[in-house]
Amino acid sequence: MSNKMHIKLNVNGKDEEFLAEPRELLIYTLRERLNITGPHIGCETSHCGACTMTIDGKSVKACTMFVAQASGKSVTTIEGLGGPDDLHPLQSAFKEHHGLQCGYCTPGMITRAAKLLEENPNPSEEEIRFGMAGNICRCTGYQNIVKSIQAAATEMNAAKEAAE
Amino acid sequence: MKDEVTSREDRVANLKGMGCSRKRVEDARFTQGKGNYVDDIKLDGMLFGDFVRSPYAHARIKSIDTAAALEVPGVLAVLTADDLRPLGLHWMPTLAGDKQMVLADGKVLFQGQEVAFVVAEDRYAAADGIELVEVDYEELPVIVDPFEALQSDVVLREDLVAEDGSIPDGAHGPRKHHNHIFTWEAGDKAPTEEVIANAEVVAEESMYYHRTHPCPLETCGCVASMDKVNGKLTLWGTFQAPHAIRTVVSLISGIEEHNIRVISPDIGGGFGNKVGAYPGYVCSVVASIVTGKPVKWIEDRMDNLMTTAFARDYHMTGKISATKDGKITGLHCHVTADHGGFDACADPTKFPAGFMNICTGSYDIPTAFLEVDGVYTNKAPGGVSYRCSFRVTEAVYFIERMIEVLAIKLDMDAAELRRINFIKKEQFPYTAALGWEYDSGDYHTAWDKALKAVDYEGLRAEQAQRVEDFKAGKTRKLMGIGLSFFTEIVGAGPVKNCDILGLGMFDSCEIRIHPTGSAIARLGTISQGQGHATTFAQILASEIGLPADSITIEEGDTDTAPYGLGTYGSRSTPVAGAATAMAGRKIRAKAQMIAAYLLEVHDNDVEFDVDRFVVKGAPEKFKTMKEIAFAAYNQAIPGIEPGLEAVSYYDPPNMTYPFGAYVCVMDIDVDTGVTEIRRFYALDDCGTRINPMIIEGQVHGGLTEALAVALGQEIAYDDMGNVKTGTLMDFFLPTAWEVPNYETDFTVTPSPHHPIGAKGVGESPHVGGVPCFSNAVQDAFRPFGNTHTNMPHDHWRIWRTANELGLHD
Ligand code: FES
Ligand code: FES
Repeated sequence: MSNKMHIKLNVNGKDEEFLAEPRELLIYTLRERLNITGPHIGCETSHCGACTMTIDGKSVKACTMFVAQASGKSVTTIEGLGGPDDLHPLQSAFKEHHGLQCGYCTPGMITRAAKLLEENPNPSEEEIRFGMAGNICRCTGYQNIVKSIQAAATEMNAAKEAAE
Repeated sequence: MKDEVTSREDRVANLKGMGCSRKRVEDARFTQGKGNYVDDIKLDGMLFGDFVRSPYAHARIKSIDTAAALEVPGVLAVLTADDLRPLGLHWMPTLAGDKQMVLADGKVLFQGQEVAFVVAEDRYAAADGIELVEVDYEELPVIVDPFEALQSDVVLREDLVAEDGSIPDGAHGPRKHHNHIFTWEAGDKAPTEEVIANAEVVAEESMYYHRTHPCPLETCGCVASMDKVNGKLTLWGTFQAPHAIRTVVSLISGIEEHNIRVISPDIGGGFGNKVGAYPGYVCSVVASIVTGKPVKWIEDRMDNLMTTAFARDYHMTGKISATKDGKITGLHCHVTADHGGFDACADPTKFPAGFMNICTGSYDIPTAFLEVDGVYTNKAPGGVSYRCSFRVTEAVYFIERMIEVLAIKLDMDAAELRRINFIKKEQFPYTAALGWEYDSGDYHTAWDKALKAVDYEGLRAEQAQRVEDFKAGKTRKLMGIGLSFFTEIVGAGPVKNCDILGLGMFDSCEIRIHPTGSAIARLGTISQGQGHATTFAQILASEIGLPADSITIEEGDTDTAPYGLGTYGSRSTPVAGAATAMAGRKIRAKAQMIAAYLLEVHDNDVEFDVDRFVVKGAPEKFKTMKEIAFAAYNQAIPGIEPGLEAVSYYDPPNMTYPFGAYVCVMDIDVDTGVTEIRRFYALDDCGTRINPMIIEGQVHGGLTEALAVALGQEIAYDDMGNVKTGTLMDFFLPTAWEVPNYETDFTVTPSPHHPIGAKGVGESPHVGGVPCFSNAVQDAFRPFGNTHTNMPHDHWRIWRTANELGLHD
C-alpha cells in the first residue's frame, strides 16, 4: 500500500527493515511483526509500564509511540538484556528476592530498573521507588522489587570495583 | 546411585520440601521475557476479533448496519445477535443462574455492552471496521442506583417479566419487583431482632462498599481454533478455571467435551477477574467456526475496566447489640447488592451472595441474621470476589466496621472489645450463628502478639498526645491506628455445599513417577502468579521423598490435567494441595510394598524416612525412593502392577479458616487529605507454611491491593450510566511510590482436617487489609466525633471529612 513508510530499527543489536503504516504502534511492531514478546501490553495509555523498553538510551513506553517515530533508533527490550547463558544481574536478583509473581510486569520492570541503575548506580530506596513509579505491578506490592533492585545494584557495583 | 547425600540433614535439605523458601522455578522464563501469555500465542492465518460496544447505558437498538464495515480491507466478518440467534448462542447462561446476552439482543443494558463482533486480519483492520458499524439507538431511562431500581417503573429485564406483567421466580426464589433478582437469608430473624430490641447497647451503621475492579495487569483474552477436519476445538485463554470453561463451552456449543481442549497458558494475574465466562470467548469460538481460522480476542484496558467482572457494590446496613461491658449479643445485617444488567456473579450455586454469611467474623456472636437483596441496574454485570473467597471481603469489612462503631458507642478501646468477644481457642471447631463450622483458630495469641509487636499502648499514648498538639495548633497532622482481625473462609469447597453450575468443587492431582526417580504431577488448578510449580512440588517432595527439583508441575491443559475446579478463592492449597498430598500418599503406599519386597521383609517392617524406606531397627537396610522408582519399572513383583502412578480427587470435608491480626499506623494531613502509612504490621496464620518466601510475597501483594481499594480505587458511574473510571488515569492502581514497606509475622494453627494442615493465604491480606486501612483513616477522626465514612478514602474525601468535622477553621 502506498501509505506505508520505510522503517529501520535496530532491535537488541539486530538491524530490521520493513514497510509499515505510519499509525502502527511500536509495541505492535515488536510483538506482532518481529516476535519480540517480552514487552507486554497492560494499558495502551502509558500508565502501566508493561511495555517499557530502552530507546536510544532512554526508558520509553512503546504502547504510545508510533513505529515511525522510532525509525532509525536503537531499541533494547528484556530479550536484549540477558539470556540463559549471560543473565543480567537484575534478572538473577528478581528471582533471588522474589521480585515477581505472575511475571507480566517483569520484563518492563527489569528493563526500566536497568536504565535506572545506569543513571544512578547507588539509588536510595526513595530514589528506587520514585524511579520505578512509572511501572505498575499488581502482584508483588513492590517491596521485593525494591529489594531486588537494591541487591542488583550492590552486585553490579562490586563487579565494577573488582574490574577496576 | 551416584551423588547420594547421606546425612539426614542433607537429605532433608536436598528435598526442598515443605517449610523451605525454595526459589521459584517459574522465574527463569518470566525474567527473560519468555513467558507464554495468551497474547503471545500466534497461529497460522490467525484473525483478530474486537467488539463494537454500546455508548449508552440503556437503549433500544433499532438497527445495525454492518455493510460499510465489511468493505474495510482486512475485515472478514461482522457478527451480531442475528447471526448468533440461529445457533442459540445470542444469550448464554451465567454462573449465577441468570442468562446474559452474548451480543446485544434488541437493547443494551450497560455502557460498553458488546453489540457486534468484528473479525479482521489484524487489530488495525478490526478497529477500522468497528468505526464503520452503524448502530441506531433509542435512548431509554437509565437507572444506576439500586434503591431507585427497586422503586422504578422502568423494567430493565423485559425478558424476565411475564406477558401479563407478573414476575416469575428467579433462580434463587421469588422476586419482589421487576428489577429485583433474589432475596437471600441466613440465620434466625425473629430471635435476632428480639435480642437487639432488648439489648443494653445497640450500635447501628450504614456503609457502602463501593464498586471496584480486580484489574490484573494482563487483561482477559482468548484464542479459539476450530479444526473442522478433526472436529476439535482448542481454546487458549486467561481462564482461572479451565475445566469449568470446557464444560460450559461444551454445554452451550453442543461440541462434545472430549473434542474440546482448553488451555490456560501463563496468566498475568487474575484476582477473580478471570473466573467468569465472557461474550468474547463465545464470539471467538463462533468466529473460528464461521471463518475456519483461529481467532484471537484480547481486551484493552478500557474494555476490561468497563465490562468484565467488577467487584463489591454492596450497600450494607448493620445493627450490633452488646451488654454494657461489651459482650456482643446479636448482629443484624441487610445488604442491597447491585449486580448490574445481568446476574453474572461468580458464586457457588447455593450462595447467591457468596459467603457473606461469614459476617459474624472472628467473634462469638450467639444470634445473627443476614438478608441480601440482589438488584438489577444499568451497570456492567459479572460481580466477582476480588482477591477473596466469595464476598468474605465485604463480610469482614462489615463486621470490622461494626466493631469499631460499637466501641465508639461503648466508649471502649476497640482492641479490647475485640479481645473480649473473640471465639476462644477451646471453642473450635466452632459453629457460627450463620452456619459455618470454623475448623481451628487461636485468636487471642495472635492478637496479643500483634499488639505487643507494635507497642499498642505506646501508640495510643502517642495518638492522644497528637490530638492535644492538634488542638493546641502545634500540628496539622492527625494520627490513626487501624486495627483489624479477620477470619477467612477458603478452600471452596466441600462438594456437599459448594458447586459452580452443578460441578462440585473438589480438586485433583495426578502423579507419574519416572523410572529414574523424577516425576510429573498435573493438577486441576492453574497458577496466575501464586507459584504453584514451585510449591506443589514442595508438598510432593515431602510426601514422596523425591527432590522438588526433580518434579515438574503442570496445570491448565484439559487434555492432560485431571478435572478440577480451578484457582480462585484461595482454594488451590486447601483443595488441590490436599489432593497432591493424598496422591503422594498413594504413591508412598505402593512404594512401601516395593521396598518391602526388595528388602525381603514384611510391609509393616519398613518405615518412611525423608527419602527412603528403612527396615525398622536396622537403619543400614533401606531402599531410596529413587531405587524404588526404578524397581517399579524393572522388577516383576508378585501381586504388584508395574509403574508408579496415582491420582486423587479430593473433596474436602470442610472449608479452612485462616486468620490474621493487622495494625496500620497512619498520619493524615487534615489540610490536604493526604495519608501517609507510617507502619503496617501483618500477622497471618495460614496453618502449615509451605514456602515462607511465597507467603510473604502474597501478603505484600494482597495488602497493596487492599490499600488501593481502601484509599482510592473505585469504578464510578454518572447519572447517565457513563463509566467515569475507564482508564488507569482515573482508576487508581498504586505504584511503588504510594506503597509502604510491610512487616510480616505469623502464628501457625494447622487445619485439623487438611492432610498437611495448610489453610491457604493469598487472599487473607486483602480481606484483612481493607478494613485495616479504612479503620486507620476513621480512627484518626474518632476524637472529633466521626463514627463512619465510606471508602475509598481518597484525599478529597478525607479533606471533606475534616471539613465537615470543623477541623479547617
Ligand atoms: S502498555 Fe504501555 S504503559 Fe501500559
Ligand atoms: S508480577 Fe504480576 S504484575 Fe507484577
